[in-house]
Order: sequence, then structure tokens, then C-alpha cells
Amino acid sequence: MLKIDNLHASVGDKEILKGLSLEVGEGQVHAIMGPNGSGKSTLSNVLVGHPGYTVTEGTVTFKGKNLLEMPAENRSHEGLFMSFQYPVEIPGVSMMNFMRTAINEKRKYLGLEPIAPADFLKLVKEKREIVKLDNKFMNRSVNQGFSGGEKKRNEIFQMAMLEPSLSILDETDSGLDIDALRIVAEGVNTLKNPQSSVIVITHYQRLLDYIKPDIVHVLYNGRIIKTAGPELALELEERGYDWVIEEFEGKK
Amino acid sequence: MGNIEIKDLSDNKYKYGFTTQVQTHIIERGLTEDTVRLISEKKGEPEWLLDLRLKAFRYWLDMPMPQWAHLNIPPIDFQSISYYADPTVSKNNSPKSLDEIDPEVMKTFDKLGIPLEERLALSGGVAVDAVMDSVSVKTTFQQTLKEKGIIFSSIGEAVKNHPDLVREYLGSVVNYRDNFYAALNTAVFSDGSFVYIPKGVRCPMELSTYFRINAAGTGQFERTLIVADDDSYVSYLEGCTAPQRDENQLHAAIVEIVVKDRAEVKYSTVQNWYPGDEQGRGGVYNFVTKRGLCAGEHSKLSWTQVETGSAITWKYPSCVLRGDYSQGEFYSVALTNNYQQADTGTKMIHIGKETKSTIISKGISAGHSQNSYRGLVRVGKNAQGARNYSQCDSLLLGSDCGAHTFPYMDIQNDTAVVEHEATTSKISEDQLFYCNQRGISPEQAVGLIVNGYAKEVLNKLPMEFAVEAQRLLSVSLENSVG
Repeated sequence: MLKIDNLHASVGDKEILKGLSLEVGEGQVHAIMGPNGSGKSTLSNVLVGHPGYTVTEGTVTFKGKNLLEMPAENRSHEGLFMSFQYPVEIPGVSMMNFMRTAINEKRKYLGLEPIAPADFLKLVKEKREIVKLDNKFMNRSVNQGFSGGEKKRNEIFQMAMLEPSLSILDETDSGLDIDALRIVAEGVNTLKNPQSSVIVITHYQRLLDYIKPDIVHVLYNGRIIKTAGPELALELEERGYDWVIEEFEGKK
Repeated sequence: MGNIEIKDLSDNKYKYGFTTQVQTHIIERGLTEDTVRLISEKKGEPEWLLDLRLKAFRYWLDMPMPQWAHLNIPPIDFQSISYYADPTVSKNNSPKSLDEIDPEVMKTFDKLGIPLEERLALSGGVAVDAVMDSVSVKTTFQQTLKEKGIIFSSIGEAVKNHPDLVREYLGSVVNYRDNFYAALNTAVFSDGSFVYIPKGVRCPMELSTYFRINAAGTGQFERTLIVADDDSYVSYLEGCTAPQRDENQLHAAIVEIVVKDRAEVKYSTVQNWYPGDEQGRGGVYNFVTKRGLCAGEHSKLSWTQVETGSAITWKYPSCVLRGDYSQGEFYSVALTNNYQQADTGTKMIHIGKETKSTIISKGISAGHSQNSYRGLVRVGKNAQGARNYSQCDSLLLGSDCGAHTFPYMDIQNDTAVVEHEATTSKISEDQLFYCNQRGISPEQAVGLIVNGYAKEVLNKLPMEFAVEAQRLLSVSLENSVG
């Protein structure tokens, strides 16, 4: 699905990712954990093609294609989705209009006709129910007047609508109370299937209580320094990151 | 805006830039008293109208061009323009049936999406007065409207058929002494539309005029007069386009509206004159005086405009609120790209008691363009309880363009409540990227965000117009981000 090899990326003059390698297979859930400033957000932003980040070295292939060559919108069409940590508001653009445009752009890319209005409405209804998002939000401007929890549910709603093959959840748990967290996690679990993969980027174990990872990575100083099974997340919760970092530094 | 940079419009995106090959009678270039007499003669006008034209012409001769707008206007040689062009010359004057119209002219309006057939299914229930260059080619649904007592015709026809009405109201709201271009228009005006809605009649369909410039080396000087009698209602639409040329073409129009007791007029414009190319070559110079008089009590006039065209726009649709409890509204979206310049806004003149006005202006600037809002809110001594709310927003795309706001207030009554809000913003990189991540390209994202920004105004347009306006806003910004 996704293969990252020796990825180096910087913001301005500052190198943040320093030779990161990672492979995500079909149907897998990977968790990427790490202390603040380790490069977690940079990784997700580089993957989805944010213009503020520069890749200086390395390769990323996504479903066999060179991801780094594609503009951000094509990465989306190819099946890459990111749930934003801070979803932006777009005044005057209704969720309906926004989603219809997004879906039809993807369909155009795939050589399909625009979605029929009735099918679109049906799809919206079906997907909204997964994250228990009331219909009233559909006529509001994108993320405007949404609470923190509603914004995150709206992210997962969009994920459901676009049916990505790889979803990156960037600190989706930040600022969520336990009920909202459960709804979001249940939504992600409902959408999981053997053909789609998820990367959960998080600081804390608690989201992983609900979205069970197959593999857990520790990101530190722009590199993956440890990879293990789900038990690693629990250990990190208990012991913190220092011991992993010491272990890594000791090996060098 | 970080990595989002503004590029020039690389290709022609103006889809109305074609020229119609049609035999056109164009009078010699230049402007003298003889020109004025010739135009009047061609239109077979009565003496009083020729006199009015001549008075206006003589007055204009001594006037300087106004310099106060935030516009860089190259010198205009008024002697190098032809003031009358008639594309119906091969047929009888002002043909009455579709068969008599040159097929090329028919094709033109067809191509522009303006139905000249009187079938409701085709026309969408809109009556059209189609004007090409100096002549009204066809006015549809005249008979249907006549049954309700509504007069809808070209102004030339109205001068012949309803001389008393035209004489009573022409120049009653915009006097020829009002300004330089008003004097010029009064001297040389050719076709435009005349509308009269009788007492108590609600016009059953939208009325519209479509202005098309076709002939090169000419100017268009249309004149529109709308009179809504007591307790009547009409919604009127205006559209316009012109061929793509390297030369600049002059358009100087007057629209006058009279609204009587409890009557309501909605006037909507989608202005899409050729804006010039990416280097600022060519384009229409658009100098327009639009004003309505809310003469009666509880009368209401609402202006809605979407301005995307013209190299230069100088236009201030205004309301004179003379009747007690009368209301004026101005909703505007003005978009400038490349080297376009717009100085547009409104005047709300409160004279009557308890008069109310609302101004919502949304400016969008891209490329190297300059976009100004200019507005005046005046509350007279006797305008007890007058209220105004103004909101002027500017959206900038890129760093080479300019947005300016010139709000003037002149309040002579202590009981008036006048509010003004203004904002300036840029499209954020985060907004654009959020759209990109969802599969929406930067260009489309800009269109989406700009349309969202302008929504409050677009919502005021009749449906068919709103769809066209949305499309225009997106198309006009194509290639403005890369």
C-alpha cells in the first residue's frame, strides 16, 4: 500500500524528517507515536502534499505510484486521506456543496460521470449516521459553528464519503472528550476493511484502546526508532518514551 | 500566501469574445452637434428630445472628465469613436418578427444564451429586450405583458408610442447636468429599455435587457427608464458582453428608476463586458450612472450587481429615498483580475422620514488589479429615524493587487442610526490546502471559497442569474493561482 524509504523533509531550512522508512500493508492499522517535536505532523503533511514542506531526499510509493510527484488533489483521488488536527472553517461554502465538489472531482479523475443528486443525498445520509452527525450540519458552512468534537466527527464523515484506501488520522484524539472519542473511533472501525489501511498518529495510548493497531512505531528526531506489536503502546503509556530513546541512542 | 503564487491569465477564458459578421451601418467617427442631430434623426425623434440632447451636448462640451475616482484612466479621444452602429440595417428598422432579423444576429444571441423565442419553456419565463450596438433587435413577450397594461419596449419605440410617459420621466432622476458621462449619454444615447408597470400590477415574469457590443470603433450609450406605479412590483435583470479586441471600447449608460407609493423594484446586473487581456490590453471602459428615486411612501428599490467584466468600471447604483418609510438596498460583488480597475459603490440619500438602507459590498481583487468601494450615506435634516447598515468586505488574492474603501457619511439628523463595518482578508493557505486534500484543485478551491465569500450577495439574484454569476466568478479567477 505505502512504502516510505529514507525520507528527508524540511520546513524552511530546518530538517525535520531525517531518513524515515516505513511500510504499511493492505488492511493494516499502524500507530505512530512519539514525543512532541519528533516529526509526527510533518510526516502526515508531507504524505498528503502540504506545500509548506520540502522533501529533500527519499522516495514514497503509494499503490505502486510515485506519491511525491502528484499534486495534493491527485493524492486524494488516488485514495489518500488525512483527518486534520485543526480542521479549517470555510465561510459561505456549505458542507453539501463542499462534499459534492470533492466527490465529483474524484469521479472526474477516475473517468466517471458526476454523482446523481439522489445518490449523493443517500450517500450523505448513510455516512453521516456512522459518526452520528446531524443533518443540520450539512447546510452549514464547512466547520463553521462546529464544536471541537463535531469538527473531528466531520473529518471522519468526510473520510467515509471519500472511501480512501489509506487514512491518516493526525492527532484525531486531541481535544476530544471520551464520548466524542468513542464515536470517532467507532466510525473509523466501521469503515475498516481488508483493502484499506489506517495510520493513527497520536501522542497518547487512549485512542488505541478503541482503534486497535497491528503495529506500533516510535518516531523520534525524524526517524522511526522502534517498531513492535500493540503491546508497545501500553508499555509507552506506562514508562514514557525515555527508555526507547536511551535504547536507540545506546545502539548507535 | 506562501507557495501559492499568482500567475497571469495565460489564455483567453472570456467565452463571449467572438465577433458577429453582420452588415452594420456605422456613422462616421467624431462628435459634433451634427452627430447629435443625426442620431436623433435616425431615430425619428420629436423636437423636445432633440432639444434635450443638444442642451446636454453643449453642457458636456464645457465639462472636464471627473478625476476623483481611484482609477488610472488613459486619455479618451471622444472624436475617435463612432456614436451609432446599426446591425439591423439590411432589414427594415427595428424588425418586429424573428424572420426579419439577420440570422447572424439571431445566432449571436443564441450563442450568448439569450432566448429570442417566445416559448416559455425556452425563455425560462424571462422577457428580453435584446440590444446590439445602438439598436434594439427584438423585445419578447410584449403582447403578453401588454395584456396586464405593462409597457416593455426599447426606449426608441417608447419615445414613439408613449411620448408623454417618456417625456415626464426621462432625466427626472438623472439630470444631464449630473456628471460628465450623464451629459454625454443624454446627448448621444441610443437604445436601451423602457418599462412601465401600472398601478397595482405585479409583473408576472422577469424583465431583462441584454446589451451586446459588436461593431469595432464604436461606443455604446444605452438608456434605460423604469417606472413602477403605486403598489406595483417588477424584477428586472441586465446582462452585457462584448467581443475581445485590443482597442478599448466606451460604454456610458444611464439607468433611471422611479418607484411610487408602496411599489417595489429589484434591479439585478451581471456585468461581463470584455475585461481586457492578461497584459491589460483592450477591454471596455464602463462609465455608468444608475439611480433610482423612491418617490412614494413605503417604496422599495434593491440593486444587486455582480461585476466581473470591463477594463475600467465607474459605477454607483444609488437610491434617493424621498418617500417616507422608503427602503434602498445595494448588494454588490465586484471582482477584478489582471489589470482591471473598478471604482464602484453606491449612494443612499435619505430624505424622507423612517427611511432605511442596506449596503453589502464584497470586493475581490486578484492579479495586478485595483478594486475600490466608494459609498455615500447622506441623511438629510428631515429624515427623522433614518437607518443605514453598511458592510464592505475586501478579499485579496495575491500581493500585487489593491483593495480600497472610501466610505463617506453626511448625517444631518440626530435621530439617524448609521452603522458601518469593513473587513479585509486573504484566502488562507490552510483553507486552500484543506480543499486540495479533499481532492479539490487549487483553482477550483479558489472558486469555491470566493463564491462562499460572495454568497450573501449571490443569494439576492434570481436563480438562473445566480448560477451564471457563480460560474463567472470561478472562470474570472482561473489561473489566478498556481
